[in-house]
Amino acid sequence: MKGKLILADGTTFRGQLFGGSNATTEGEVVFNTGMTGYQEILTDPSYCRQIVTLTYPLIGNYGTAKIFNQSRKSFVGGLIIGELCEKPSSSSMQKTLAEFLTAEKIPCLYDVDTRALTKKIRSAGTMKGVIVSEYTSQGTINEMMALPVRKNVVEMVTTPVMYTLDARADALNIVTMDFGIKKNILDALRKLNCRVTVVPAKTPAEAILAQKPDGVFLSNGPGDPKDVPDIIREVQKLIGKLPIFGICLGHQLLALAMGANTYKLKFGHHGCNQPVKNLENGKVAITSQNHNYAVDAKSLENLPLKVTHVSLNDGTVAGIRHTSLPISSVQFHPEAAPGPNDTVRLFDEFIDNMKGSREIGK
Amino acid sequence: MPKKKNLNKIIVIGSGPIVIGQAAEFDYAGSQACRSLKEEGLEVVLVNSNPATIMTDANIADRVYIEPLTVDFLTAIIEKERPDGLLATLGGQAGLNLAVQLAESGALEKYNVELLGTSIEAIKKAEDRELFKELMERIGEPIPESTIVEDIHGAIDFAREIGYPLIVRPAYTLGGTGGGIANNEEELVEITLRGLKYSMIGQVLIERSIAGWKEIEYEVMRDGNDTCITICSMENFDPVGVHTGDSIVVAPTQTLNDHEAQLLRSASLKIIRALEIEGGCNIQFALDPNSDNYYVIEVNPRVSRSSALASKATGYPIAKVSVKIAIGYTLDEIVNAVTQTTRACFEPSVDYIVVKFPRWPFDKFVYADTTLGTQMKATGEVMSLDRSFEGAILKAVRSLEIGVNRLHMPKMEEWSDDKVKSRLSKINDERLFLIAEALRRNLVTTEEVADITKIDRWFIDKIKNITDMEVKLKKGELKAQTLRDAKTLGFADKSISELTGVDVKEIRAMRKQYKILPVYKMVDTCAGEFEAMTPYYYSTYRGEVDEVEVSNNRKIIVLGSGPIRIGQGVEFDYCSVHSVWALREAGIEAIIINNNPETVSTDFDISDKLYFEPLTTEDVLNIVDKEKPDGVIVQFGGQTAINLAASLAEAGVKIFGTSVDNIDRAEDRERFDEMLTELNIPRPRGISVTNLDDAITGAAKIGYPVMVRPSYVLGGRAMEIVYNEEELRDYMSRAVKVTPDHPVLVDRYMQGTEVEVDAISDGVDVVIPGIMEHVERAGVHSGDSIAVYPPQTLPSKIIYTITDYTKRLALALNVKGLLNIQYVVADGRVYVIEVNPRSSRTVPFLSKVTNIKMVNVATRAALGKTLKEMGYYSGLIEPKPYVAVKAPVFSFAKMQDVDISLGPEMKSTGEVMGIDYHYARALYKAITGAGIIIPKNGCILFTVADKDKEEMKQLAKAFSELGFKLVATEGTAKALQSIGINAEVVGKVHQRSTDIIQMIKLGKIHMVVNTQAPGKHVAKDGFRIRRATVELGVPCFTSLDTAWEVMRVLTFMRDRRLVYSLAIQDYVGGGDALS
Repeated sequence: MKGKLILADGTTFRGQLFGGSNATTEGEVVFNTGMTGYQEILTDPSYCRQIVTLTYPLIGNYGTAKIFNQSRKSFVGGLIIGELCEKPSSSSMQKTLAEFLTAEKIPCLYDVDTRALTKKIRSAGTMKGVIVSEYTSQGTINEMMALPVRKNVVEMVTTPVMYTLDARADALNIVTMDFGIKKNILDALRKLNCRVTVVPAKTPAEAILAQKPDGVFLSNGPGDPKDVPDIIREVQKLIGKLPIFGICLGHQLLALAMGANTYKLKFGHHGCNQPVKNLENGKVAITSQNHNYAVDAKSLENLPLKVTHVSLNDGTVAGIRHTSLPISSVQFHPEAAPGPNDTVRLFDEFIDNMKGSREIGK
Repeated sequence: MPKKKNLNKIIVIGSGPIVIGQAAEFDYAGSQACRSLKEEGLEVVLVNSNPATIMTDANIADRVYIEPLTVDFLTAIIEKERPDGLLATLGGQAGLNLAVQLAESGALEKYNVELLGTSIEAIKKAEDRELFKELMERIGEPIPESTIVEDIHGAIDFAREIGYPLIVRPAYTLGGTGGGIANNEEELVEITLRGLKYSMIGQVLIERSIAGWKEIEYEVMRDGNDTCITICSMENFDPVGVHTGDSIVVAPTQTLNDHEAQLLRSASLKIIRALEIEGGCNIQFALDPNSDNYYVIEVNPRVSRSSALASKATGYPIAKVSVKIAIGYTLDEIVNAVTQTTRACFEPSVDYIVVKFPRWPFDKFVYADTTLGTQMKATGEVMSLDRSFEGAILKAVRSLEIGVNRLHMPKMEEWSDDKVKSRLSKINDERLFLIAEALRRNLVTTEEVADITKIDRWFIDKIKNITDMEVKLKKGELKAQTLRDAKTLGFADKSISELTGVDVKEIRAMRKQYKILPVYKMVDTCAGEFEAMTPYYYSTYRGEVDEVEVSNNRKIIVLGSGPIRIGQGVEFDYCSVHSVWALREAGIEAIIINNNPETVSTDFDISDKLYFEPLTTEDVLNIVDKEKPDGVIVQFGGQTAINLAASLAEAGVKIFGTSVDNIDRAEDRERFDEMLTELNIPRPRGISVTNLDDAITGAAKIGYPVMVRPSYVLGGRAMEIVYNEEELRDYMSRAVKVTPDHPVLVDRYMQGTEVEVDAISDGVDVVIPGIMEHVERAGVHSGDSIAVYPPQTLPSKIIYTITDYTKRLALALNVKGLLNIQYVVADGRVYVIEVNPRSSRTVPFLSKVTNIKMVNVATRAALGKTLKEMGYYSGLIEPKPYVAVKAPVFSFAKMQDVDISLGPEMKSTGEVMGIDYHYARALYKAITGAGIIIPKNGCILFTVADKDKEEMKQLAKAFSELGFKLVATEGTAKALQSIGINAEVVGKVHQRSTDIIQMIKLGKIHMVVNTQAPGKHVAKDGFRIRRATVELGVPCFTSLDTAWEVMRVLTFMRDRRLVYSLAIQDYVGGGDALS
C-alpha cells in the first residue's frame, strides 16, 4: 500500500509501505551508501531505533541468511529503500529480504527516491522522521513526530546476561563490554584464539576486573555516548589497569572517560567506503563506518592521547591511542561485515598489547 | 610526497589504431593522461599512429608524433626529444608491449628514460603465464590448474589428478580450431588427439574448466605508498566462457552478498600489492555460484577497456589518477575531481545500476561465426545508467542501433517453439533476445533458463519482468497506470506503441498529460554523500526529484555518435568533442548526449553538461524538453545523429547547420539525381528499383558490372559489385529485402580513381581544406582505401573540376557546416558518387594535416558566422608541401570466417596515418603503422583472377626486378611466362605436401598478392589462402593497386633511411596556416 516518510521539517518522500498500515514507525533518519551488506546493516545494533535509508536502489538481490546476522535480532526502527527485490538469487539464501523484514517486524518503505532522501539528509542533517501510510491522520503523525528520540538505546541492545565464548585454557581472556556488539567482532577475536566474556553494558568495573581479564574490549553501539555517564564512570576505573581497545561507541566512551569531548556530526558517517588515514605510517585504508558522533580533536590537547587515525573525507578523529598505556580505540569497524577488511589487523595489535602486559605481569 | 622532482618532459605512448579489443577507450585514457600531465606543468610528447583521436591533436600535447608504434620509431623520437619519463600504461596492450620492447632493447637505459607507473617486472609478472602462476601460488590466490601436454597420457594423468570438466586448447593452430571442453575421459581423449593433430607444435594446453561460474571484475588502484583502493566491481551477465569484452556487464555486482564481494575485494588488493603496480589495474575472477571458491582468471596491469567503463560508471577518473600516481603523488594527495573537496583516496559508491552492452560487427560480417567465446569480437560498446536493471538494459538495447528498441528481435517471431528452445544453449550475440523470446512464449521457466545458460536467475527474472509487462501492455486499452508502470520499468514510447498500437506521438502526449516524465540524476562517485560538481546526468522514471539545474544561458545540444562500429568509429567522437569545444569557446553552453563509455566525449569535464543517454528521438526530446536549448547540432555524430534530424525537426526542435530538407536531398536518391541534373554534374548512371524485374531491366540498360546496394546506408552495408544477371538475382534474393519503402540502388560500376573531399560552407562561401586521392580504385570502400593528401596523380584540370563541383554542391544544398563528397575519376571525367551533408571519417585526418580546425569552423558556420568573418575564402586551400597517407587497419585476426578481400563493404575497424615530405616514406610509415611488415626480399606469391592477369604482369615483373622470388598458381604462372618471367608453380590447396597453405605455414611465402574472381561463389581456396595469411601474419594484398604502391615504397626505400620523425607541430609550423 502507499506510504510516505515525513521528515521533521515537513519534507515528504513517497513510496510503498511494506507490511500494511500497521507498519508505521518513527525515529532518526540516517543513510548508508554501501552497495552490499543490507542484512549486516539491519542487524547492527548501532542502528537501534533509527530509520535506515539504503541509498543504493536495488536491495534484497541475494536474500538473507542466518550466518550474516550481526546480533540476535534487528533493532532498527525502520528501513527505507528503492527496489525491494522480489526474486532474489543466491545459493546461500534462506529467506528473501521481504520474509526477513516480516519475521523481524521491520517497517519498510520502498520504491523511494533514496538518492533524493540521502541528499536531503546530507544537506539538512540527520533529523527525525515518521513512516506512515498515505491515510494516516495528521494527528497521529504529529503525535509520532513529537515523541522524543530514545536515549536508553544501549540498554535495549546489550546482552541481559554475561556469557563466555570459550577457547583453549592458555588463551587470552578478554572481557567485552557489550553496548550493542556485532557478531563479527566476536568472530574476529575468537579467530585470534581469545576467550571472550561478554558482559552487560552496565557491569561495574570491579566485576569486570574480577574476571582477571588480559584486556577489555569496548564495543560499538547505538546512540549519544553522553547518554550513558554511568558507563563512562566504569570505563574510567579500568584505565591504567589493563589493555583496552574500543570500536565506535566504545571509542567515544573511552575518549570521554579520558576527559575528552564528543559532538554530533551533521549527518554522520555510514557506509563501506570511508577512507581513513593512519597517521603513524601514512597509509590510507578503506573502512566501514557507522556513527553520528565523533571525538573532538581539540579536546584531546593536554590529554595523554594522540590521534592515530583521521577520516580523509572530513578530517574528523578516527582513532586514538594513549601515549603511554596500551589503550587505543578506533571510530571505524575493522571487523567489517559489511564492508572492507583492510584494517582487521588492528585486532592483532590489541592481542599483542595483551600479550605484552601478560609478560610484564609475569 | 610531492611529485617526482626529476621529471620535466614525459613521453606518452598511445594505443595506435582501433582494432577489436583495443578501441576508443585509449583515446579517452590517453587524452586524460596528457591533460593531467600538462596540468602539472610537465612538457608532454605524445606518440600515436592514429589520427582519428583527440589525443593526437596538437593542443593535447606539446609535441605530437603521428608515427608508427615500433621500437625503431620510438627510439628515434626518444633520441630526439630526450624525455625524462615514459608513460605506457595508458596505451593499452600495444603501449605496454612497446614499453617492454624499449626496455629490452636498452633504449630506455641508453637515453636515461624512467619508466613511470608500473615496472617492467610487474608487467611481466602479470602477463607471463609462468611468472604469474608462481606469484599467485606464493600469495595463495588460486588460479585454474593447467598443464601443457604433448601426448594423451599426460592429459589423462592430469585429468585423474584434478577431475572434469577440462578445457583443451591446442597450441598454435589456425583460427583456434580443434579445442573443446571435455566432461569425461572419452571426450578428453578425442579432443586431445584432435588438438595434438591441429597444433602446429604438437602441444595442447589443458586447464580446469570454470565455464558457467560467475565472472566478476574489480578495478583497483595502488599508489607508491602501498595504499590500495577498489574503484568499481563489475559482474558479467554472461558467465565465464565469454570474453568480458563480449559480455553484457553490470556494475556494481548485483548477485554477490557482502561476504562474497569482500572476499574478492580483499583478493584484489592482495594481488595488486603483490604485483607492486603503481596505477590502475583490472582483475578478473571466476566465482563458483554454489560456494566461496574462486579463481583469478586474469590481471591487466594497466588502464583497460574495463577501467574506462569503471570510470564512466562511477565518475572516478581512473586514467587521470593513474597518471598522478605515476609521477609520484599518493592517492590522499590527489583531489577528487568530482567533489573538489574530498580526496581521490576513497572508494566510489554508486546509487544506480550500470549496464554495458557490446556492439558486434556481425551486421557487416554476415558470414562471420557469431558464437561468442574467449576471442573478443565486439568493435564497441554502449553503457546505460538507471535505477533498475530493467531500465538500464532497455536503454542499452536501444542505444545499440541494431533496429531494436526492446528485448525483441522480429525475426525470432517466425521461429518455431522448438527452434527457440533448442537455441537457448547457444552462446551468441542474440542470446539475450532469445531468452526474452522463450520467456515471452512461456516455453521455459526462469529457473530452466538459468540452468541452461548458467546466467544467474536474478537477471533472468528481470528479463521476465520485462516480457510480463509486454503481455500487460498488449491487453486492452492503454491506461495511465499501465503507461506509468511500463515507463517505470524502462520501456521506450516506441515499444509501448508497438505493443499497444497507440501512436508514439499520442503516447508522448499522454505522458505529458499525466506527468509521466523522467527525472535526471547526477553521477557523483559518492551516492549523494557529498556535494558534487559533476555535470554528468542520466534519466530515470524511478525517482521524484530532478537534480539538473537548467541555466538561462544560450545553449546547444550536440548529439554524439553512439557505439564504435565498422563505418562509424572514433572519428565521429573526435568531431563531437571539437564541436563542443567550439560552442564553449563561443560562450555557448554545450550539452552533449552520448552513450559510449569508451570516448572522450563522455568525459564529464569536456562539455558543460553530459547526458549519458540513448540516442533516440524520445530520449533526446526528453532532454530538449528539460533543457529548452536553442537547438541541436546533428552533423558531427555520424549517421546516428543525422538519422535523428528529421524527427527532431518535426517535433519543433531547431537543427543548427544544414537543414533537414537539404539533408534529405542529399540522401534521397531521386531528389539527389534531380539536383545533379539541375547542376549538370555527372554521376555514374544508376536507378532506384523496388522489385527484382526492374532491377534486371535497369541493370541491362546501365550495363554490367553494376554496383548494387540498399538505400540509406552507412559504411557500404550489403553493397556488392555484380557482373551479370545471375549474380544480380542472387543478390536481390539473398542480401536485401526489397520493398517500396526500401528501394535498392543499381549503379554503373566505374573502375576509376576515387577521390574524397571534405568542405565547409556557410551557404555563401565554400572552403575546401584538402582533397584526398585513394590508392585503390573505385569498388573498394573508401573507408578501406589508402587515402593520400594531397593527390599525387590528379591533373590540375581534374582538381579544378572537383573544386568546382564541390562548391556548387555545397551551395545547392545550402550547407551550413561540413560536407563530404566522394568522386570517381574515370577517363578524364569526374563523377559524383555520394554526398554526405555531415562530418566524415576523414575530418580528423584532414584537420590535422592541414592545420585547419574544420569542426570548429563548421560549428561556427552552423551557428551563423560567415566564413569571411572567420578569415576564410572560397576555394581549395593550397596544398601543404608534405604528404599524409591514411591507411586502414583491419581486425581480421579476431574474426574467423571473414574474408579479408576488399570490396564495397567496409571491413576496417581503424586507421593510421603516415606523414612525411616524401610520398613513399609517408606511405611506408602508414603501412608500417598499420602493422604490416613488408619483407625487403623473399618469396612473393601471385594468385590472381583472370580479369587481373594482364595487369598483374608488370607488377610481378617489378617485384622480380627488386629481387623477389616469384611463386604463382598455375594459371597465374602461365600468364607470367607469356612475358618471359618464370615463377615457381605451387600446388592448389589440398595437395597436402606442397600446397599453398602448407608453404605459408612453413614460412616459405613472405607476401601474397591475391585478387578474387568476380562473383561470390568462387574460390574457397582463395578464401583459405587469405585466411592463412592472416593467421600467420603474412602481408596479403587483395587489390593490385595496393600492391603497386607497396612495390613503389620498396623501390624508394632501398637507398633511403626508413626512420625519420617530425612532430605534427613541425609539419604544420605551429599556428593556423590561414590566420
